[in-house]
Amino acid sequence: MTSFSAIGSEREATKEEFTPGVEPQPTWCPGCGDFAVLKALKGAMTDVGRTPEEVLLVTGIGCSGKLSSYFESYGYHSIHGRALPVARASKVANPGLEVVAAGGDGDGYGIGGNHFMHTARENHDMTYIVFNNEIFGLTKGQTSPTSPKGHKSKTQPSGSAKAPVRPLSLALASGASYIARTAATNPRQAQEIVAEAIEHDGFAHIDFLTQCPTWNKDAKEYVPYTDIQDDDEFEFDLSDRKDAGEVMYEAETRLYEGEVLTGRFFQQDRPSYGEEKRATGEMPEGHLAERYFEDDDWERTADTLIDRHT
Amino acid sequence: MTDSSLMWRIAGGSGDGIDSTSQNLAKALMRAGLHVFTHRHYPSRIRGGHTYVEVRAADEPVQSRGDGFNFLLALGDSFARNPQDDAYYGNERRKPLVEHFDDLNEGGVIVYDSGLLDEEAVAETDLEGRAAENNWHVYPMDLRGIARDHGREVMRNTAGVGATAALLGMDTTYFEELIREAMGGDIMEANLAVLEEAYERAAALETDHDLAVPEGDHEEEQAMMSGSNAIAYAALDSGCRFISGYPMTPWTDVFTIMSQNLPRFGGVSEQVEDEIAAAALAIGASHTGVKAMSGSSGGGFALMSEPLGLAEMTETPIVLVEAMRAGPSTGMPTKTEQGDLEHVLYTSQGDSCRLVIAPGNLEEAYDQTREVFRLAYDYQLPGIILYDQKLGGEMRSVSASYFDREPAPDPGSVLTEDDLADAAHDAAGKYTRYAHDGEDGVVPRSVPGQEGGRFLATGNESMAVGHISEDPDNRKAQMDRRMAKLDAIRSELDEAGHQTLHGPEDATYGILTWGSNQDTVFEAVDRLRADGHDVRAMGVSDLMPYPETEVADFLAGVEKALVVEMNATAQFRGLTQRKLGRFGSTMSSLLKYDGETFEPGEIVEGFESNVDGNEPSGNVELEHAAGD
Repeated sequence: MTSFSAIGSEREATKEEFTPGVEPQPTWCPGCGDFAVLKALKGAMTDVGRTPEEVLLVTGIGCSGKLSSYFESYGYHSIHGRALPVARASKVANPGLEVVAAGGDGDGYGIGGNHFMHTARENHDMTYIVFNNEIFGLTKGQTSPTSPKGHKSKTQPSGSAKAPVRPLSLALASGASYIARTAATNPRQAQEIVAEAIEHDGFAHIDFLTQCPTWNKDAKEYVPYTDIQDDDEFEFDLSDRKDAGEVMYEAETRLYEGEVLTGRFFQQDRPSYGEEKRATGEMPEGHLAERYFEDDDWERTADTLIDRHT
Repeated sequence: MTDSSLMWRIAGGSGDGIDSTSQNLAKALMRAGLHVFTHRHYPSRIRGGHTYVEVRAADEPVQSRGDGFNFLLALGDSFARNPQDDAYYGNERRKPLVEHFDDLNEGGVIVYDSGLLDEEAVAETDLEGRAAENNWHVYPMDLRGIARDHGREVMRNTAGVGATAALLGMDTTYFEELIREAMGGDIMEANLAVLEEAYERAAALETDHDLAVPEGDHEEEQAMMSGSNAIAYAALDSGCRFISGYPMTPWTDVFTIMSQNLPRFGGVSEQVEDEIAAAALAIGASHTGVKAMSGSSGGGFALMSEPLGLAEMTETPIVLVEAMRAGPSTGMPTKTEQGDLEHVLYTSQGDSCRLVIAPGNLEEAYDQTREVFRLAYDYQLPGIILYDQKLGGEMRSVSASYFDREPAPDPGSVLTEDDLADAAHDAAGKYTRYAHDGEDGVVPRSVPGQEGGRFLATGNESMAVGHISEDPDNRKAQMDRRMAKLDAIRSELDEAGHQTLHGPEDATYGILTWGSNQDTVFEAVDRLRADGHDVRAMGVSDLMPYPETEVADFLAGVEKALVVEMNATAQFRGLTQRKLGRFGSTMSSLLKYDGETFEPGEIVEGFESNVDGNEPSGNVELEHAAGD
């Protein structure tokens, strides 16, 4: 007996079920990398056997934030930079939900950078997809946290004086337990990585390179790409933090030299936040929300707390 | 309230045990049959810095600090760092004495620890002159010596209580009982020995004061707690099982009480990276079906502005508490003020659609917090408890049975899966969670994980299933639906009677106040009436939606109204004028924004000045009505 029967459903959903039955269809520009994220997410959810109503997709603001409009599930289109705190509380409230957060590079590495660091540190069992197109798209082409140094835009007319954020290294230092980079131009790898990230028991960060054909023609289409798992130059142990850090540094540096290194960079088996917090005794075992539907026996302060004041 | 109350102050340095000692004394007095009220004054500092707590006790209910005080226990500051007279912050060594000279009433009693405040230090003050002038009774005692000889030096505070008891004719039984409850072993024995020794030494003194502890008796068992306790307990009794926050004085009290108790109530507390996250987490938890709250004080609440608007737009119920302190910016972290009213009413872009309630006292803090939870979850909007350092920190005795209530965990307008099976969906199977035709503006929500309930929540304007929409007709329909919730809430609140009246209906003059000043104003009204002034008062709690009818009825019945609040720009009077412009020339303001709470006497004087056209003395401002 449950009040949330979508959770843990045995039913196999088809990929089509994750496509809205009626409008809206994606309004992204032709050739936009965002389509690839949507496709990978639909495929991955089918691969891992989730149904739309056991998924909560929380998005930020920008073109990437529209993902929740074009993916059929429970959706929460939040505000700029704040998808992660909304999403992680949902996971705490209902650990059975498949929680995915998504947003752009400005959203995750700029305005929401503090939340990125702390959500990774806490290692919530959730997936975070960052659409990295090295530009602010929806506001029409300003320099973003991942734009290369020297990048010229309307707001940095003589070129950015700042070195870009290193998103993979940042995730590693912050405590993410699964870190990967994929590219819109590599749909097969993208779907596999998204599925792995969803299955991973901890905070999974995917830096998803999504070309912006309208506002960032410089970045081209992230081709050709290299899958580091298939490249002899990068034979390393995914659970080795030091090796992972070195490979990440290479990938981040070479991206701006025209070499696109994708694949899995780090994978660590460590208890998720829910497990850690339950172990302290400060989080109940079950599903917090279910009580409101099923429990008639609620604690009263009069029984336990008033005596200490008399 | 009577002048026969005991108003006892313990003064020392932060870290000298001033808080715990005062709480124990207040509790002992309560157990002895008296009603008690405490008022805290402390610096934003961990060790040292002048701090005091005032305990007021009487044989009838005390709901406010009094005028001045009548017994000073000056422990001295064992962490004093600035012994020079020209120090920026004054001579800390002498502060526990000299800072109180202006407030100690005529005929008052002073006990000071001569072990710390030695002859030389005291000689540098004008204690002798002031004592003679005011007929004070001064008893130096070596409390440090007594503590050292019979226990440990840190037990000076216990020695001070022993001396207090002897000088005021107070039975130490209840205080001993509290020591036994709180401690064990050698520490307990030592404290008891110190208490007894100090009591005996003080009892042997030759005394000439006539101040004594009043005698009282309770009809039923009393509990002593702070406004922060009442807010937190109401949240727990409302079925709140999630809190997220970031520490900030004075909101930290509620956060701490919730964090310490939520696990055993089956809930979760999350301390997070900042207040933006704190508010966003509460939204996430609530969206996922858990009754959730967050809160902060002014600066942290400012960071919550954007999530607050998100909750309004996505119609996600959350409860926030805002504990005001003196601003702007960091302001005075440990001092009280009511300067955030406009901030809380209007912060975040767009038209506000929220519930804001400011309880007037401890009981209201409990009742109205429950009401805010109920309304926020029934109407799916943010509900805010607006209080301040004063209400959050002051302790009061109240009948324990007051809190003997049934829990109210109802999650409000939420559907079950059975309901969802019969609910309207669009052609794609999405639940029309934001349909235009909700009753009183409310469309019941589904919760992620429910079969048949999926929808999109978005901070954008949206159509019935949640998809983004910029269609003008949809926009107007959705705005009107959301705003209609405030009208429905106002109708419910008109039944709730949150505005508290005091004094006869046909009085000529009125005093209008809001939030935590209420009971101090009521005490001033009692005193004014005893002096022949025909005055009544109203304490307003509902701030959004504003109680137009109730306040208009009050203002229409009086010739002049004095609006009492703790800020410099008369924010509540401004709000009232905006809602009830026709009373603009009826209202004058009595304002205080020096970080201290009003004393009843200041309101008495402010009222008289307003009627007579005089200027009041002290740190208050009288701002006359604009005129006809």
